Amino acid sequence: MSLSVIPTKPAVLVRGLVRRYGERTVIDGLDLAIAHGEFVALLGESGCGKTTLLRALSGLDPIDGGSVKAPRRPAVVFQEHRLLPWDSLWRNVSLGLPADGARDRAAAALAEVGLGDRLDDWPRNLSGGQAQRVALARALVQQPELLLLDEPFAALDALTRLRMHALVKELIARHRPGVLLVTHDVDEAVALADRVLLMRDGAIAYERRLSSAASPQSVREELLAELGVAPPPRAPAFTSPSSHSVV
Amino acid sequence: MTLADPQAIAAFDAASPAAARKPAPTPQSRAARSRQTGLLALSWVAPVLLLLVWEALCRSGYVAPQILPAPSKVALTAWKLASTGSLFHDLGVSLLRAATGFAIGGLIGFSLGVLVGFSPLAEAAIDRSVQMIRAVPFLAALPLTIIWFGVGEGQKMFLVSLGVVFPIYINTVLGIRQVDPKLLELARVQGLSGWTTIRRIILPGALPSILTGVRYALAVAWLALVVAETVGAQAGLGFLAMDAREFLRTDVIVLTIVIYALIGAGSDSIARLLERRLLRWHPNFGGSGR
Ligand SMILES: Nc1ncnc2c1ncn2[C@@H]1O[C@H](COP(=O)(O)OP(=O)(O)O)[C@@H](O)[C@H]1O
Ligand SMILES: [Mg+2]
Repeated sequence: MSLSVIPTKPAVLVRGLVRRYGERTVIDGLDLAIAHGEFVALLGESGCGKTTLLRALSGLDPIDGGSVKAPRRPAVVFQEHRLLPWDSLWRNVSLGLPADGARDRAAAALAEVGLGDRLDDWPRNLSGGQAQRVALARALVQQPELLLLDEPFAALDALTRLRMHALVKELIARHRPGVLLVTHDVDEAVALADRVLLMRDGAIAYERRLSSAASPQSVREELLAELGVAPPPRAPAFTSPSSHSVV
Repeated sequence: MTLADPQAIAAFDAASPAAARKPAPTPQSRAARSRQTGLLALSWVAPVLLLLVWEALCRSGYVAPQILPAPSKVALTAWKLASTGSLFHDLGVSLLRAATGFAIGGLIGFSLGVLVGFSPLAEAAIDRSVQMIRAVPFLAALPLTIIWFGVGEGQKMFLVSLGVVFPIYINTVLGIRQVDPKLLELARVQGLSGWTTIRRIILPGALPSILTGVRYALAVAWLALVVAETVGAQAGLGFLAMDAREFLRTDVIVLTIVIYALIGAGSDSIARLLERRLLRWHPNFGGSGR
């Protein structure tokens, strides 16, 4: 599937991006292209500037140099769900939609994330995973050309996270927006993305296209090595084969 | 902020799943509940006892009726005044004063609060002056209001408005300031217009604080009304009390005091009802939910 996407007419094109906080240059000459419908995962140590890059792409923050070409209004899912506690779920999902047919569109989007029977419920009655699903519905109902996800599953428990991966995979395959998923979870990146980027020192330091030929296990070990984390020993007695994160 | 009793909330919020998921009563919870009923009964015994002692003291002649009338006498007076209709007339006059004063003061306080909450320019221009005026106990302005308005309706509404403006103003500004910046960021991401952001995010976010202001303002409004009416009026509860003073009718005076108390309690429960209605999304007001 990933090979069918050729980055000729990119949805996102970033050239020499610079972003500073005061004296500190967090992003320093970063280049990035994301094709239409391509799913890109961005890995990197905590504090390396992933969120900063995503905020520049979403237009939330100004940039200090270079150029950013991105769809005018990408949809964003943050690490926290950011649901309006005073609005019902369907009102939350339809935030920003024209009033005409808003409820129907919200209902369809909520059904897609498995919450079609909770239209009039309050956000406070949701679990963490359900709230994040509503946030996902709110992003997808906009039919965005570009979807920006900033560690949206980091706060979820392992089992819920796996379920979310399956759901996201299915929804992205259906709606086909370009996706930039920021994560610090190597397994998550390998499981979802067409291409994995690694950010270091304010720029993209490493890139790996995932093809059906390469085994996920070898890609994972390659990425872990690149991140400076030794891959775990084979079949250890007491370690579960859980995800390996870079924190 | 007191929470209303859990039963009322459960009834109010019956649609929520948590209400349906009530655990079956265990012997222990039943014992706890009967103990609670006992305590509730006891809490009513003391005031009733107090009332009985008061009645006994008056009947036995220890307390002269010119000093304090028996509760039964007050009840009788209430009945008489109510049956002639004059009590309701005076009550209506007082309520109208309070409502008008509250509406005017509330509108001014809210408008100023919104202005200052949104605009740093307005804050620089207005806030310090308002804070300085607020430092004055507003009842100290009473003599001045009499010179300005006489003892007519205008003076009473002015005093009530003056008392109401500040709590509404302060809590509106506070509420707007406290709106979660992350939700404002969301508004930008979702492409909301300025007006939609205000309507969908800022005002609902500020509402808990604004309603706290409303509740506080209601209490202030009554205080202002009692003071203004007592100084001079041709009708209203305060007039009723001052008129009765001329004839040492302590029964009428005590009656007006009781009515003031009832109205105060009534307005407070209206404010609480408003909170539970408008803030039913809020875990502190809506009751059950995680
Ligand atoms: N608003 C800000 N002001 C100053 N420094 C910031 C701000 N936001 C982020 N930073 C700094 O920029 C660096 C990158 O942050 P961030 O993009 O959030 O990292 P990541 O998302 O990769 O964990 C961090 O060192 C952080 O301290
Ligand atoms: Mg981050």
